Amino acid sequence: MNIVVTVKQVPDTWAEKKLDPSDMTTDRATVDNVLNEMDEYGVEEALLLKEAHGGEVTAVTMGPDKAVEAVRKALQMGADKGVHLCDASLHGSDALQTASALAKVIAPLNPDVVIVSSEASDARGGVVGALLAEYLGLPQLTLARKVTADPGGGTVTIERQTDNGYATVLGKLPVVVGVIEKINEPRYPSFKGIMAAKKKPLVTMTAADAGIDPGSAGPSGAYSEVDEAQPRPPKAAGQVVKDEGDGGAKLAAFLADQKLV
Amino acid sequence: MPAERVLPTAEARDLIALTSEIADKELAPRAAQYEADARFPREVFRLLGEAGLLSLPYPEEFGGSAQPYEVYLQVLEEIAARWASIAIGVSVHSMSSYPLAAFGSRAQQEQLLPDMLSGRLLGAYCLSEPHAGSDPGAMITQAIDRGGEYVLSGTKAWVTHGGQADFYTVFARTSESRTEGISCFLVDGAMPGLSFGAPEHKMGLTGSPTTIVNFDDVLVGSDRLTGSVGRGFAIAMSALDSGRLGVAACAVGLAQAALDYAVSYAKERHQFGKPIIDHQGLGFLLADMAAGVESARATMLEAARRRDRGLPFSRQASIAKLVATDAAMRVTTDAVQVLGGYGYTRDYPVERYMREAKVMQIFEGTNQIQRMVIGRHLARD
Repeated sequence: MNIVVTVKQVPDTWAEKKLDPSDMTTDRATVDNVLNEMDEYGVEEALLLKEAHGGEVTAVTMGPDKAVEAVRKALQMGADKGVHLCDASLHGSDALQTASALAKVIAPLNPDVVIVSSEASDARGGVVGALLAEYLGLPQLTLARKVTADPGGGTVTIERQTDNGYATVLGKLPVVVGVIEKINEPRYPSFKGIMAAKKKPLVTMTAADAGIDPGSAGPSGAYSEVDEAQPRPPKAAGQVVKDEGDGGAKLAAFLADQKLV
Repeated sequence: MPAERVLPTAEARDLIALTSEIADKELAPRAAQYEADARFPREVFRLLGEAGLLSLPYPEEFGGSAQPYEVYLQVLEEIAARWASIAIGVSVHSMSSYPLAAFGSRAQQEQLLPDMLSGRLLGAYCLSEPHAGSDPGAMITQAIDRGGEYVLSGTKAWVTHGGQADFYTVFARTSESRTEGISCFLVDGAMPGLSFGAPEHKMGLTGSPTTIVNFDDVLVGSDRLTGSVGRGFAIAMSALDSGRLGVAACAVGLAQAALDYAVSYAKERHQFGKPIIDHQGLGFLLADMAAGVESARATMLEAARRRDRGLPFSRQASIAKLVATDAAMRVTTDAVQVLGGYGYTRDYPVERYMREAKVMQIFEGTNQIQRMVIGRHLARD
């Protein structure tokens, strides 16, 4: 199977995230950047599919120079090839532009399955996967907590997480599959995997290489705009319930007020 | 502030990054609870083995990574900074594999080393006996040659991974000669006649079992004799030279963890209207701790580089073990001091660090034995 997995470099999950006030894009310069944790589940699932059915895994990212580290991590975990779409004109792209650009890179790879994770921990929009499926003209199976492929039959079946349990959903190849963190336990790279990754093919593409219209790229061509941003307000002090013999009732009333029970 | 390392290669940097990631995600979150429960995390060694972290200093043809000691020891440090019991376990496992890797026959190496180095098999090292600690030449465990096999009988003490290990590197007497009558064997952990005492009730490193190992007429094929008959004492001393570097690395990592914890606490904790790190008394204490950690690391790395260049390093290994473990004892004790009353409680990790540091001055040769080794080198060299 020809499997593509999208990855993204994001500010460290625990770092304080800020916007660069000059252009209202994520500040990536002053924080540690890591592979989006959710994408590790995507890479793992891609590797599991490859191990079960053969084929190869290509990790694709779009981002500045440093973002290539996300692809490297995927290669270290076991992906076979990497593609890094890197062009200053793409800086400030919104979700639609990002999905459109990724589709331009991914379509020529002719994947059987494109794996995306449900969201990245920086913007947490959770829409690029769906937009990507639309731009690629492929069906999408989302919120997968289990994926079973049948390449011979040309299908993929997933267990789709719902509020009450799961739904079994079947899609025809080629297909975009969105995975959630319940799906697997991502592996760590091994030292040998790290060494092997240095020799794996990793292509850097410009916007022109990918056939992206320069006029449509960047903030000027964006469909959405960030006007202003406020830092997250400091956490308000919690409400203290004093037990004067009626602590249980007070707690129950509090939970009922919050519609938690 | 975590250790700032000068590493020789890009791959060494990758290796340290990999170790830190695994140690942060898999070791640090479990350490306190497993230590409190005296629970041995066998699965962690499998994980470290899969990541290639149990075989770093060994040749690639047997599944190792051919990393210099300068790098291997810093990996060990990173592990120790999250969980000392695991780092000591890695060092012991590595030392248990060493006799076969350095002195074993080609056939033995091909048959056994890959499983040992991958972590599928966990090792233990049986040298000390209840009455023969600092003086291993006084051992009485016997290996009687029955032609084609040896019969081992006796009792070994202070065995890390006792009862948990898959193989035991055992030193036993094959003749009366004090040091030339000792031979080295590799014994399968499932052999009939092998039994284990209950884990010792230790002051620290409680996540790592330490037991007596009894050999009641355990049959060991002569193909499991490592090196020639009578060479065991020399092999044991050679293994200890490298093992002492391992313990030095564990001590440096532990001391670094104590320093880091104390510094971050001293920046947060306010008394008399300012962070306690800004009170000179505390600032100087922390400065001495930092000096202790960094000088210990430098001493350890100097010995490691000598080993990597094929230079004699026995004296330097003893100095590194002495300096690093004494530094760890002092730094961890001072970390408790920095945290004051809180440091003395089990709600904070520094009292555990202090308990863990103490044994490092004792095992792999007490620090008095290290001085003896150093003194003998001075007299002889």
